[in-house]
Amino acid sequence: MELISPFDFVKRSVLAVQDYTHLSLRSLVNMFRKPFYMADAIQQADLIGVGSLPIVVLTGMFTGIVLALNTSKTLEQFGSLSLTGRLVSFSMVRELGPVLTSLMVAGRNSSGMASELGSMKVTEQIDAMRALGTDPFKKLVTPRVVATVFMMFFLTIISDLVGLVGGWIISFFMLGLDSTQYWNSAYQVLKYNDVITGLVKPLVFGFIIATVGCYYGMTTKGGTQGVGRSTTQAVVVASVLILFVDAVLTQLFITLS
Amino acid sequence: MPLFEEDDKSIDTVHKAIIFEDVSISFEDSPVLDGVSFELRRGETKVVLGVAGSGKSTILKLCLGLLQPDRGRIYVLGHDITTMSEEELFDLRSKVGIVFQESALFDSLTVRDNVAFRLMEEHLPESEVEKRVRESLSFVELEEAIDKFPAELSGGMRRRVGIARAIITQPEVLLYDSPTGGLDPITSTTIIELIMKQRDVFKTSALMVTHRLQDGFTLAGHYYDPASKHMKPSDGKPSLDIRTSFMILREGKAVFEGSAHELGQVQDPYIKEYIS
Repeated sequence: MELISPFDFVKRSVLAVQDYTHLSLRSLVNMFRKPFYMADAIQQADLIGVGSLPIVVLTGMFTGIVLALNTSKTLEQFGSLSLTGRLVSFSMVRELGPVLTSLMVAGRNSSGMASELGSMKVTEQIDAMRALGTDPFKKLVTPRVVATVFMMFFLTIISDLVGLVGGWIISFFMLGLDSTQYWNSAYQVLKYNDVITGLVKPLVFGFIIATVGCYYGMTTKGGTQGVGRSTTQAVVVASVLILFVDAVLTQLFITLS
Repeated sequence: MPLFEEDDKSIDTVHKAIIFEDVSISFEDSPVLDGVSFELRRGETKVVLGVAGSGKSTILKLCLGLLQPDRGRIYVLGHDITTMSEEELFDLRSKVGIVFQESALFDSLTVRDNVAFRLMEEHLPESEVEKRVRESLSFVELEEAIDKFPAELSGGMRRRVGIARAIITQPEVLLYDSPTGGLDPITSTTIIELIMKQRDVFKTSALMVTHRLQDGFTLAGHYYDPASKHMKPSDGKPSLDIRTSFMILREGKAVFEGSAHELGQVQDPYIKEYIS
């Protein structure tokens, strides 16, 4: 493994942040500049959104089930089993729905974007696109960012809903709770601020997933080995960034409320 | 953007397609090109020779603005591309075609979509796109592969699709990056014949980077005969107006520039060894 001096490491890191910021800003600006690649965005929305649906549904379902199972044990000790719906709903909508959905989509799509664009980079297809007069940022990056942000919003709503259904299955069939009571408590606990928090987070996380995946793809070097490295790095960085930004956003929304 | 500023009046854009003026570029502190200057006249084909790592492919990428030089000026079709933004370069690139070393075809698109890429980006009517794609593929004699994907083609066929994609807009300048690299001798001759056909039929200016000396000499010593649809030796006939010149790069510097005849006469020991 190549050894680099601390100065070079800092220099490379700062350059990487600069390049990532540039790519992110460019992807945003390109949303308002012609040409618009609507067909590419719809294709990506299908790949990212519809393609991620099974994994998101499964994650949501099992998270809801596990939440209900774990919280019911504690709540039972205090004779408050009827609060299961409240706990599942609050946790899913505010926190676990957005974060777990994003981590799943990051694992599936950040890696996909990094490997696809990385392969194009090392086989000079990105250069060929530029040489043919097409801006690869507009053609490849912006449609992926738009599609991911758009689809993350709906995937999170589906995940929240399926999680609540998972909690209801446990509450109704195993804990013997009344369905109406479960859904009423699940609905009543949610405040305007919780819903907003749960719907803003996936938009930001979607942006992180797409931009990190595209950044590592577009900066891939070193042949097929480089593609593998970019793919791994994209998933790791996207996941860590999601968790970090989640903490920041949670604190921000608490402060605002 | 105006073609030339006041101080650029000395630049001859009528007769010259590409001008390099003292161009230097380094990658991670190691110089790749060091003060390279040359001119490509309109209608001329310049064969750029040199060992691996001498900066040949870098010259092509600089011509398209895919890389920016550290120093010097590059004029392409009258535009100083060293001062142009990426957005401005996209328009200019429609007049310059490039055939990449490994073809760089879009592997998720069919041959039709690869060749039609530029036209589809310009939103031309489908019938017009289909007509021009077939014309372009017919030029490289590969019409039957129109619905295939790049992975289904041989190396030579991919190279020919790359040429079809580059010429579909009839660019004023063509750049070939090792077009015969890694190909068998028969396929290499087919590719050289296509480059010759483009030179002699459409009079396109071209830069051809290669490390195969015989490709350059074949281009310099033959002409394309439209009647027989094959190349024929020119036997030094001046009336055929074959404009092929050579440039040799060594460690980022241009150490020779001239005709095939001049290359044969040169006394420099490095060049003599290179061409022997």
